[in-house]
Amino acid sequence: MSHDTLSRPVRTDSAPAAERPARRRGHWSRRANPLAGAGALIWLAVVIVPIYAMISASLTHQDEALGHNALKPPSHPTLDNYNTVLHNGFGHLLWNTVLAAAGVVLIVLVLCVPLSYVAVRTRGVWSGAAFRLFLLGVAIPAQAVVVPLYLMIAKLNLYDSLLAIVLPTAAFAMPVSVLILTGTLRDISEEMYEAMALDGASTTRMLFQLVIPMAKGGISTVVIFSALQAWNGFLFPLIFTQSDGPRVLTLGLFNYVSEFGVNIPAILASVVLSGVPIFIVYLVARRALVGGLMGVGGK
Amino acid sequence: MALPGVLFFAFFALAPMVLAFYLSFTRWNGLGDPQPAGLANWRKLLSDDRLGQSLTVTVALTAVSWAFQTVISLLLGVWAAGRQRNRAVLSAIFFVPFLLSSTAISLLFYALLDPNFGIIHRDTLGTTSGAFLAIVFVGGWQFIPFHTLIYQGGARQIPEVLYQAAAIDGAGRYRQFFSITLPQLRNTATTSSVLMIVGSLTYFETVLILTQGGPGTDTAILPYLMYEAGFKSYDFGYASAVASFLVLAATALSLLMVKLSGFGAMRSTREGM
Repeated sequence: MSHDTLSRPVRTDSAPAAERPARRRGHWSRRANPLAGAGALIWLAVVIVPIYAMISASLTHQDEALGHNALKPPSHPTLDNYNTVLHNGFGHLLWNTVLAAAGVVLIVLVLCVPLSYVAVRTRGVWSGAAFRLFLLGVAIPAQAVVVPLYLMIAKLNLYDSLLAIVLPTAAFAMPVSVLILTGTLRDISEEMYEAMALDGASTTRMLFQLVIPMAKGGISTVVIFSALQAWNGFLFPLIFTQSDGPRVLTLGLFNYVSEFGVNIPAILASVVLSGVPIFIVYLVARRALVGGLMGVGGK
Repeated sequence: MALPGVLFFAFFALAPMVLAFYLSFTRWNGLGDPQPAGLANWRKLLSDDRLGQSLTVTVALTAVSWAFQTVISLLLGVWAAGRQRNRAVLSAIFFVPFLLSSTAISLLFYALLDPNFGIIHRDTLGTTSGAFLAIVFVGGWQFIPFHTLIYQGGARQIPEVLYQAAAIDGAGRYRQFFSITLPQLRNTATTSSVLMIVGSLTYFETVLILTQGGPGTDTAILPYLMYEAGFKSYDFGYASAVASFLVLAATALSLLMVKLSGFGAMRSTREGM
C-alpha cells in the first residue's frame, strides 16, 4: 500500500486508471505522522472538554452548582433545567429563528441567482461594476452600519418586527453568496449556453433549465451560508427588536442570563437546547454542509 | 435581472455606510431627527483617550486571533486533507463548535470561566490579560473549525504529482510541507485571512457577553465602543463617527483583498469535496 501512490505514474503496466478515481488517496495518508496525530488529539480535547462540561453542568441541580467544578459529573442528574428553559418561551424563539432564516435564504436566492448569472454572462461595464460592488461588500462589518440602519428601519416603520432582522441580514449575506454563485456559474461551459441559445431559449428559460440545475452545488452552499448567518445573528436582533413577539434565539439566550440570574445550569441548558436543532441538521446533511462551506474558501 | 439585487444591497448595505458619515456630523439621541453638529463629534472622538485605546485593543485582538487561528487551522486542515477513516471522524467532531451561535458560545465560556462555578476557579475575566486571551480563545474555538475546512479544501486541490516528484527527489515530509503545501496554499490563506480579519471586527457578541469591554475599558474593541456610545449613552452622532472609522478600515481591507486574492480576476472557484 505504501508505495502504490508513488509508483503509479511510473509503471506503465499498472491497473487501468478508470478503476481508481473513486478511492484516490491523499498524499498524507501514506505514512502515519505521529506529531500531527498528537496535535489533532490535543485539539479534540479542546473541542470536547467544554462541550462535555456544558452538558454535564446542564444536568446539575442548581443547589449543587455553587462551588461545583464544571468538570465533575452531577451526583444526581436532573432534567429540571431543560424543563425551566422549555417553559420559558424556547419554542417561540426557535420558531422565530426558523422563520427569519427561511426569509433570509429566500431573499438571498431570489436576488443573488439572477444577479450572479448576469455578472457571469454579461461582459458589460455595468455588470463588472456591480460585481466589484459586491466584492467590496465582503468586508463591510454590520457594526459599521448599525446606527444608520437603525434610523432607516425606524423611518420604514419596521422597528421591532422580524422583517427588521431579515432584510439587513439578507443584504449582508449577499456579497459572499454572489462570490460563491459566480464561482459555480463560471464552471458552466460556454457551449451549453450556446446550444440553448440556438434552440431559441429565452434568458428566463436558460436560468431555470440550465443555470439553476447546473449550479445546485453553489446554490446549496449559499442556502447553508445564509441560513447560518440568520441563525447566528445577534447584533441586528439586539438593536432592531425589543418585544417578545419578534425575539429570536440568540437574543433569547442573552435575555435568559438576566431572567435566570445566577442559575448557571439553566443558562447552559438553554445553550445546549439552542444547539440541538442545528446539530440534527448537521447529522442529516453533514456532507452537504461541510462540503459546501469548504467551497467558500475556493482556491 | 441583476437590478433588484443591486438595489436591495445598495439600500441596506451601501447607503447606510454613506449615511454613517453623514450622521457623524449630526447630533442625534435616537428620537426625532438628527440635528447638524458640524465637526463636534469628530473633535470629541479625536481627543477621546478611549479611541486610541480601543484602536490598540482592536488591532491587537485581530493580530493575535489571526495568528492563533491561522496556525491551528492550517495544520489541522492539512492533516485532515488525508483520507483515512479516523480523520473523517475527528473532522466531524472538530466541526461541532461552529454549529453553535456566537452568543451560545460566549455564554458557554462565560459559565465555564465563572470563578465560583467553572473549570478554572480563578477570576480570569477580571484581569486584563485574562479577558483578552479569553476573547481570543473563544473566537478561535468558534471559527477554527470553519477555517480548518477552508484549508482542508485548499490542501485537497494541490496536485498530487508535486508530492510524487518531491518524493522521488528525496524530499521528506517536512520539506514537502514547507516547499509544496505552504506555497500552494497561498490563495487559500489570503481568503481565510481576510475572512478572519473581517470576522474579528465582529467579535462584538463575545465582548458584550464575556467582558462588557472590561475590566475597565481594556477590551472595548471599536464595535463595542460604538455600541456603548450609541445604544447605551444615546449619542448616535458620536457612535457614527466611530462607525465611520470601521467603514474606512473595512474598505481598506476589501481593496487589499481584491488586490491580493484571485477574486477580482473572476477566476472559477471549484468546490472542495
